Amino acid sequence: MHSDHSHDFDHTADIPKPQTKVIWKTFFILVALTAVEFLFAFTMDAGTLRNAIFIVLTIFKAFYIVAEFMHLKHETKALIWSVLIPMALVVWLMVALISEGSYYFDSVENYFN
Amino acid sequence: MSTSTTLEAPNSGTWDGGNEPLKASYGKLMMWFFLLSDAFTFGALLIVYGLSRHKHLPYTGDPDAFTFSTEWWPIPEKVYNAFPGLHGMDLPLAFVALMTMILILSSVTMVLAVEAGHRMDKNDVQKWLLWTILFGSIFLGCQAWEWAHFISGDDTGMVLSDGTQIFGANLTVNQYGPPLFADLFFFITGFHGTHVFSGVVLLVMIFINTVNGVYHKRGHYEMVEKVGLYWHFVDLVWVFVFTFFYLI
Repeated sequence: MHSDHSHDFDHTADIPKPQTKVIWKTFFILVALTAVEFLFAFTMDAGTLRNAIFIVLTIFKAFYIVAEFMHLKHETKALIWSVLIPMALVVWLMVALISEGSYYFDSVENYFN
Repeated sequence: MSTSTTLEAPNSGTWDGGNEPLKASYGKLMMWFFLLSDAFTFGALLIVYGLSRHKHLPYTGDPDAFTFSTEWWPIPEKVYNAFPGLHGMDLPLAFVALMTMILILSSVTMVLAVEAGHRMDKNDVQKWLLWTILFGSIFLGCQAWEWAHFISGDDTGMVLSDGTQIFGANLTVNQYGPPLFADLFFFITGFHGTHVFSGVVLLVMIFINTVNGVYHKRGHYEMVEKVGLYWHFVDLVWVFVFTFFYLI
């Protein structure tokens, strides 16, 4: 059961040239951001500021992967929001439970010591 | 005779399956919602990691003076400092840097395969899919080594208060810190590794289909795009696992 359009692509001369500029640009941005992360990991002392820098860089990397590699930037607005809004709620849950962890640690410390 | 029930011409009426919500095909839309639900699972695991980390004492002293103890959550430079073939050398985060590069590269070769699919270039799709399978398999091998090292431990181990020494980690004892740390390591990197493995299996399947010309006859390489979405998601999860496990 060969469909009619199979022979449309049989001539290799018809294949257009690859358009890979954006792909490699995104790749170099991802590599650069990872390199910056390692730079901070080895030159800066651990602390809230360094963790904040790591999280911001991670969000940038996530943006480039989702927007360019997964092509979400070029989808309809409704699809973009139906992916982003649930994820924003997950981030909220994460912030809430991490502060809950700190509180739990503090209360256990104060209770037993 | 073919047993597949693929329609020769898709239905086109608005109430007849011709309407595409959000201007994405059924398959791609469902892949997006599957990935969203998968992101919830990974989000939950990372939330548990963050909560557990914050209810343990963070080590605030000089990193060079740090020794493994159940009292503190370990600092990553001291846990992940081994490299295959370089026994006993202190190379903090070197191996995980290599793994991260391999996974980012595999994401690039995947997106190149998708791009080749748009151009109906069967040879290029095959070439880039093979590279992606190769990088994915190397990543899995690296993770197997990482696990083996984490389980067997290093030469120093941890000295308990009664003088006994423990080496390596399992679900109940852990030379690097609180046992919960090892549990979360196995769970989160293991769950991610399972996803990479499933991804490699899917890639092998679509590679075989591409070689057999299935997508060429179908007239589009959308299946490569859908598996590509999944593969990029796996890379995305690694970006977060890498930050929260190995950097912070």
